[in-house]
Amino acid sequence: MKIFDEKSSKQWSRMGPRAMFGQFMLDIAEKNENLMVLSADLGRSSGLDRFKSMFPDKYLSVGISEQNLIGVAAGLAKEGFKVFVTSFAPFLSMRASEQIRMNLGYMKLPVNLVALGSGVSMGYLGNSHFGLEDVSIIRSIPNINISCPADCGEMGKILNDYSENNYGPSYIRLTGIPGSPPVYKNDYNYKLGKPVTLKRGKDILILATGSMVAQALVAEKILSKNNISAEIVNVHTLKPISKEIDEKLSLFKSVITIEEHSIVGGLHSIIAEKIASSFSSISLLPIALPDKFGPTGTYAYLLDHHGLLGEKIAINILDFLQKKKSNNKD
Amino acid sequence: MNKLNQLEELTKLASKMRRILLEVSLNCGEPAHIGGGLSIVDIMAVLYGSILQLSIKKPIDRFVLSKGHGFLGLLSALHCSGFIKKEELMKFQTNGSELIAHPIVNPKFGIESSNGSLGQGLSFGVGLAIAYKKKLKEGNIFVLVGDGECYEGAVWEAAIAGTESYLDNLTVIVDCNGFQNDGAINKKMSSQELKSKWQGFGWDSIMCDGHNINELLEKLKNKSKNKPTAIIAQTVKGKGISFMENNNDWHHGRLTQKLFDEAIKEL
Repeated sequence: MKIFDEKSSKQWSRMGPRAMFGQFMLDIAEKNENLMVLSADLGRSSGLDRFKSMFPDKYLSVGISEQNLIGVAAGLAKEGFKVFVTSFAPFLSMRASEQIRMNLGYMKLPVNLVALGSGVSMGYLGNSHFGLEDVSIIRSIPNINISCPADCGEMGKILNDYSENNYGPSYIRLTGIPGSPPVYKNDYNYKLGKPVTLKRGKDILILATGSMVAQALVAEKILSKNNISAEIVNVHTLKPISKEIDEKLSLFKSVITIEEHSIVGGLHSIIAEKIASSFSSISLLPIALPDKFGPTGTYAYLLDHHGLLGEKIAINILDFLQKKKSNNKD
Repeated sequence: MNKLNQLEELTKLASKMRRILLEVSLNCGEPAHIGGGLSIVDIMAVLYGSILQLSIKKPIDRFVLSKGHGFLGLLSALHCSGFIKKEELMKFQTNGSELIAHPIVNPKFGIESSNGSLGQGLSFGVGLAIAYKKKLKEGNIFVLVGDGECYEGAVWEAAIAGTESYLDNLTVIVDCNGFQNDGAINKKMSSQELKSKWQGFGWDSIMCDGHNINELLEKLKNKSKNKPTAIIAQTVKGKGISFMENNNDWHHGRLTQKLFDEAIKEL
């Protein structure tokens, strides 16, 4: 990766996530013989102009055809290529949603999706181009990691990490625009799945992701002046969600989630699910299909397999109540 | 092998595959995609009996069944080629089996991809074909789609990608059996119309009798410089069993012992 210091961090922030995506991919291409970067006619918007001219053999635009884009990427991944695919967030997560489900989710082909301009960063281009629901949609498909870098430096680390390791399919969600403030002035320890505590606090816990991490740090200063001590955590990996988040939740009575995403299905929902299942005064037992592709069979067989027949449901509930009772005694 | 022997062998193979297809359909006791499986049996017999160079460890050619509901046709070919043992085969459409109505990717069984959602296999095949070109790998990619499947827009996205990347190592076989789930296909999607459509997209588009072994043998070897090939295979849904032919009840139908006994008399 490029030298990560205060000067470069400022420069990357000025260039913005899309231009920097193209820049970081240049370094990755130097190191990776098997790299392929695919676009559906948004190479320029992905900051890939220089990449195209420097590595023409590692670049492919399939034209404005996102569904086809995912299928072609999957075929290349099957043959051992390290594949990064870029388009705007809704065009990947919605137009090609079922292709993502079949090729990345069901077949687990290790394609990395880079969703540009997610959240509301597309400004006047409007809701057709906004990434409002992408986390919600991708999160509901099994087997896909979801990363949402807080700034360009973190994006570089995430891209590098995915290119060097075999974690399986991924969705990398880019928020912010050129000039969005950097969170990290210097290099730091990044690990997929491991949230980063940026500031210790004792009164409230703020969990933020993507562009909202920098805004959380701004808010923290004002809260501090109001004698509120906030702990700030950068949740750069939305899936899988770290167990460390549970530990954090157990330490605070007030938790705030901040994200540039719809209130439905994103970080708020992820944390609400955790609180509901483990930290609420009301005990919630979810009985549902799991977050993985299961077996096939008759309807009765499948309901039984997933514990969705009345008899098994009752056993599950009795067990749940028993545990609750003994927990209360403790 | 001389031509006459080969024709005889492949005809026998196709007949054996039809019998197996019916056996597993009967054995599972569930409705199965018999009609659209039978329409591709001769194509699959020629591919797996002669054209494709395959081995579990290092396949040279690749076959993708985009028309996932044609799986019974593929399944019987994989069994006859030694990929799937009888014991596994007979688990078709039983609880917890890996062998169900649509293919689930399985290198051990020689199944290249998971399908079932139509219109996706050709893009995957385009990706494989581009990878072969980049790695200077020998071998050809075959993708089988249905005529009804050609209503899916994504098929045509992939068709453009196939010509744009000059994929002369890619062949699409269009199983034109003239029916889809709800009945006969519209005449605007006839085999003639589909031939022109693929031609219009820049493919070397060739009409073929999908049940004529010699013609299939010749046309599936077609190579056109810098262009992918589309084999427009004119087939009969339910081919080989008179009461199933062009009877769309067998798109997804349950075979009884009585009907099975009647059917195998015709093989």
